Amino acid sequence: MNFPDDLLYSEDHEWLRVEGNRGIIGITDYAQEELGDVVFVELPSVGEEFKAGDNFGVVESVKSVSDMYIPVSGRVVEINEDLDGAPELVNEDPYGKGWMIVVEMTDPEETSDLMSASEYEAFVKESE
Amino acid sequence: MNELDGLKKTPLFELHNKLGAKIVEFGGWAMPVQYSSILEEHRAVRERVGIFDVSHMGEISVKGRDAFDFLQYVLTNNMGKLEPGKIVYSLMLYESGGTVDDLLVYQIGENDYLLVVNASNTEKDFNWIKEHAQGFEVEMDNISSMYGEVAVQGPKAEATLQKLTDFDLKSIPYYGFKEDIGISGIKVLISRTGYTGEDGFEVYMAPDKAGELWEAIMEAGKEYDILPCGLGARDTLRFEARMPLYGHELDENTTPLEAGLSFAVSFDKDFIGKDALLKEKEEGLKKKLVGFEMVDKGIPRKDYEVYRDGEKVGYVTTGTHSPTLEKNIGLAYVKPGLAKAGEELSIMIRGKANRAVVVKTPFYKRQV
Repeated sequence: MNFPDDLLYSEDHEWLRVEGNRGIIGITDYAQEELGDVVFVELPSVGEEFKAGDNFGVVESVKSVSDMYIPVSGRVVEINEDLDGAPELVNEDPYGKGWMIVVEMTDPEETSDLMSASEYEAFVKESE
Repeated sequence: MNELDGLKKTPLFELHNKLGAKIVEFGGWAMPVQYSSILEEHRAVRERVGIFDVSHMGEISVKGRDAFDFLQYVLTNNMGKLEPGKIVYSLMLYESGGTVDDLLVYQIGENDYLLVVNASNTEKDFNWIKEHAQGFEVEMDNISSMYGEVAVQGPKAEATLQKLTDFDLKSIPYYGFKEDIGISGIKVLISRTGYTGEDGFEVYMAPDKAGELWEAIMEAGKEYDILPCGLGARDTLRFEARMPLYGHELDENTTPLEAGLSFAVSFDKDFIGKDALLKEKEEGLKKKLVGFEMVDKGIPRKDYEVYRDGEKVGYVTTGTHSPTLEKNIGLAYVKPGLAKAGEELSIMIRGKANRAVVVKTPFYKRQV
């Protein structure tokens, strides 16, 4: 399983890539593997605002429906429209082409509540 | 893996772990839900061949002088259609017409039958038939633990199994079976049955032979790229073929008439629940099972509400993204007036109405 070093991770199995005040968000390799084949992703609209921990979308596999929780507060500035026609990108490339949304972070200090790659890896091992 | 403690395990459980299957609880059993990918496993069965562990299914033996008369009384279908070596699909009903279970009846010999029932209903079914056996000279046994069972399904199922036996499998018709034949030298009961909408077989063997037989079938199927398949694919396959699943399309509050299973109900005889069904016929059905296809985005799921013109008219029993059709489809109980292809429905998904349209079922039918 893959845990890239340059990302931050939440206990809900979302990842965050910080680029200035922008945060790119997706679900982790562990999450996509637990879900199985992703067949549908429901994302918010550009402009919507969320507080850290809010449910911002839904990812569905053949068998299950899972809510996604935003790791930091912010306003949505981009969504991954490719997932509409190709939800399998979440399985194939969870940290790349399978990204979900980009937010403009309103409270960048919240990132200190998130886990590093090694902390998240330990967290996943523990929950198995 | 602690959540699996206390669950029943099939004789193939260790093998599933070795194969890296994802294991889930199903009807009190620890069962593989998928090995590689539900979509890949589904396609393997539609296009080639797949093997499933279905050892969790319940087996109940019913025999004795009155076995035929007794089954006529507790089951909806006509046992007169049977002869040794033949199988019939039937329902077992409450007096109310609601469903105790759906099952297969194998006629072994004269007044000697094997009922194959849903795993989670085995105890309930056994108790039900025992309670209703008064006045009949029958013996019944829950012999579920005496059998392992695998299903080999798909267009290459016969070719795969034929490599392992001299017995001509072509001689077994649909819903026929043969006892005491050797598959890879292992004594089995084999039937041309399944729960996928494809041609295929279900094979019953002694539990301690299940692993050996599984390995032999995997080896024989290699040239057809056989895949081990879990309950996830079993569910999407049966759903596309519109085969009901107890707890979804069937339960104590649904009747076979509502579920569209009247082909398995014989009104030419008396059986438990018949009066309720006759009354239902006379007064009209309260709900009817339909297939639908989403027009808007979104995937329908069990228990989502169905609306029409702002009024609740039913509920979804099964829904998913269909791997074969690549569409989002579902089965739902709706008011009978809406059970026609082309009727427009709204499926409530996370508080929003999403448009859908009633379509003909089965969603998938194999080309013969």
